[in-house]
Formats: sequence, structure tokens, C-alpha cells
Amino acid sequence: MPTSPLSYRATFGLVLKRDLTIAMRHKDDVINPLLFFVMVITLFPLGIGPEAQTLSRIAPGIIWVAALLSTLLSLDRLFKADHNDGSLEQMLLSPNPVFILVIAKITAHWLLTGLPLILMAPLLAVLLHLNEHSYSALMLTLLLGTPVLSLLGAIGVALTVGIKKGGVLLSLLVLPLYIPVLIFATSAIDTAALGLPYSGQLAIIAALFLGSLTLAPFAVAAALKVSTN
Amino acid sequence: MPVTNSNHSAINTASILLSATELTCIREERLLFDQLNIEVNSGDIIQIEGPNGSGKSSLLRILTGLSQPYDGKVFYKAQAIAQCREEFHQDLFYLGHLPGVKGEMSAQENLSFNLALQGSNAQHDDCEAALAKVNLTGFEESLASHLSAGQHRKIALARLHHSSAKIWLLDEPFTAIDKEGVLALEQLFKAHLARGGCVILTTHQDLLTFPAEQIKKITLEYSLNGYSE
Repeated sequence: MPTSPLSYRATFGLVLKRDLTIAMRHKDDVINPLLFFVMVITLFPLGIGPEAQTLSRIAPGIIWVAALLSTLLSLDRLFKADHNDGSLEQMLLSPNPVFILVIAKITAHWLLTGLPLILMAPLLAVLLHLNEHSYSALMLTLLLGTPVLSLLGAIGVALTVGIKKGGVLLSLLVLPLYIPVLIFATSAIDTAALGLPYSGQLAIIAALFLGSLTLAPFAVAAALKVSTN
Repeated sequence: MPVTNSNHSAINTASILLSATELTCIREERLLFDQLNIEVNSGDIIQIEGPNGSGKSSLLRILTGLSQPYDGKVFYKAQAIAQCREEFHQDLFYLGHLPGVKGEMSAQENLSFNLALQGSNAQHDDCEAALAKVNLTGFEESLASHLSAGQHRKIALARLHHSSAKIWLLDEPFTAIDKEGVLALEQLFKAHLARGGCVILTTHQDLLTFPAEQIKKITLEYSLNGYSE
């Protein structure tokens, strides 16, 4: 049977569809990080007290830290299962460029963790009495910032995928990389609460997004090569 | 260590599919093989022999490019494999210890994804036919997680029926496969060799239907020698 290498777009679609199919049949993998996100956020009003002023002051930080942690929790799914059953090897040995496969897998990861998180965030923001001027800033920073979390996280997972108990190491590797996103996102939301323009912070997060979108797939491909060696 | 004789200048290089020069592999400070030369022509069937831990799987992984040798190089049609990755992978079928079958997908979905990733234009019917040939009729729609280890390997091996790859690298292909399946595989090898392909495999079983003189052997020895520069 004749074979010819797939176009980049066809490869991307093929892998994306596969990852989404697998996730849909393994729903707890998708739902658990989301429940974790909700649960962490509901703990704060319980622990700190329902005082609106305090909560609204710390709301941006809480939402973003919870987003970081729940992304971290879901990162393992990105390559671990594929590594354990050998399908990662088969993908690396396919005649397609590895970075296309990697971008497809990261996109699937974002669609399954980042996107639901963005959709839940406004509801949880109400719970934390987030300042009413800050909602659009919250949504925009999450929209630009969560893909960065998936992209940078993928590098960490690719590096630790060959290690049996890489979970703690993964968080130590990845969390420091998340700090810039956290700083600029919460700063944007705080600035918005004061009614000031926050386009500067947004531009920096956008730059982080574009930078990691172009560079991370190559880093991941190289890291996977090392991990499967 | 007996190796296939390599004499690059004299032999007609057109029929050489895969060759390796002076391969050295060191794992955990143990020298597995040293200065190994291999030459695989179209029509060759090569069996890599040796006790457990002698480096058979490592050798196969090095030949695919998944692992890097300590020293030496692997060539596909006289080109270093890193220089012609996509061409080489187009022409390569590798089955490792792990079959690369996803439990969340059906036998049919697994096969068609793997074929599509390889760039094959096999349709639904082709996949069904291939699964029928490995005795998986009736299991097409069952999720792979409900199937046995042998059936997983059969799903992976079903790809051979639609593979246009010339180079087949198979690590213990007969593991967990029933007698009938082994004979069917050997028939498949014969047809593949007749088409000008080559098969390199590791197995502890003897090939039943091949005359002993047709099989070239590479014997690896288990050594406890540490490696010192």
C-alpha cells in the first residue's frame, strides 16, 4: 500500500482528534483537575472568612495560583500514558516532524484543562467578590496565560517522563517557570480593579505566549528524544 | 564477536538498506557490544541472538535511532539516519517491547490511527481486513483495554499487512502470540523478503519455516566487563 507523508495540518488534526477521543473516554482525567481548581478556591473563603473586602483583595492571586496548581496536576497526562504503553515511541518514529505532534498534544491538553478553567473562572470570581472592573482582565489574562502554562509545562513533563516518580521533580522544574505569568496576570487584574489601563501587562503575557508557542515545541521534541534514549 | 562482514567499497551498495559501523553500546557502565558492524541487504532476514541482558533490544533501538550509541553510526541507504530522518522513518517499521496500543481506543481505531500517522491511505475496510488476517475478527470494535496482551501485539502487528516499509525491526515479535499467529507471521516475513524488504528480529524461539542457512545471525554475548577508556 503506497504511503506518503501527511501534511502538517493533517498530522495535527489526526493527533488532536486522537488525544481528545482518549480523554473523552477517560473523563475523570479531565474532570479531576477542574474539581481541584474549584475546591482550592472554595477553601479560601472558608479559611479566611467571608469578609468581602479581604476576599476581593486576594481574589486574583487565589484564582491564578489555583489555575497553576490544577494545570500542574493535569500535566502528567500529556506524555506519561503514551510513554508507558509505547505509543510515544511509535509517534517519534513516524515520518512526521516531532514538533507538529507536540503542538497537537499541547493543544489537546489546553482544550481539556485551560479552556474549562476559563469557563469556570467568572463563577468562582463571584464567590471571591472580585472587583467588578476586573472581570474582563481576568478573562483576558486567563485566555492568554493558560496556553503558556500548558506549553511550559510540556517541557517539564517531556524531561521527567522517563522517571518513575517524577511528580515532585516536575513541580520543582515547572513552577518557577510559571512565576512571570503569575506576576503579570495578577498585576493586570489589580490594575483593572483601580480602573487603570492594563494593556502593558497583557502585552507581556501575549509575548510570553507567542515566545513559548514558537520555542517550546522544539524544546519538548528535544527533551522527548533524551527521555526515550 | 561474530559480525556480518562489512566491506563498503567492494559490495554493490545499491541493495544495502541499513548498515551500521563500529557500534559501541554502554549501559550502566557495562559494555554490551563493541565495534559492531552490520550490513542489511534487501531480502535479508537477520536474527539477533543472545541471553537476556546482552543488548539485543538496545541494538534494535539504536538501529531505529531512538537510542544513541556510545560510538558508531547507523546509515540508511548510505546516509546517516539523522540526516534523512523522515525518509528513513517512512521506510521503517519498529515493534518494541511495548505494542503502543491505547486501551481507550478500539482495535480498529488503534490500527487506523497508527496507519494514518505513518502516511498510509488505508480505509476502514483495509483495517478490518488486516485485523481479520491476524485473527481479530469480531474484536474490531472492542476497546483494547478489554483485550489480552497477545491481542495487543496482534493489533500492532496488523500494521505489517499494510506497511510499505522495507525495514522491519521487531523486538520479540512472537511473545504472547499463539502458534497459528507465529506461522502466519513467518509467511508474512517470506512475502516481505520476496518483495525486497528485510527483517531484523530478536527472538528466543527458532523460526520454524525458514531454512537455517537463510537466516543470518548476530550473536551478542553477555559480559560483565566494565568499560574503561
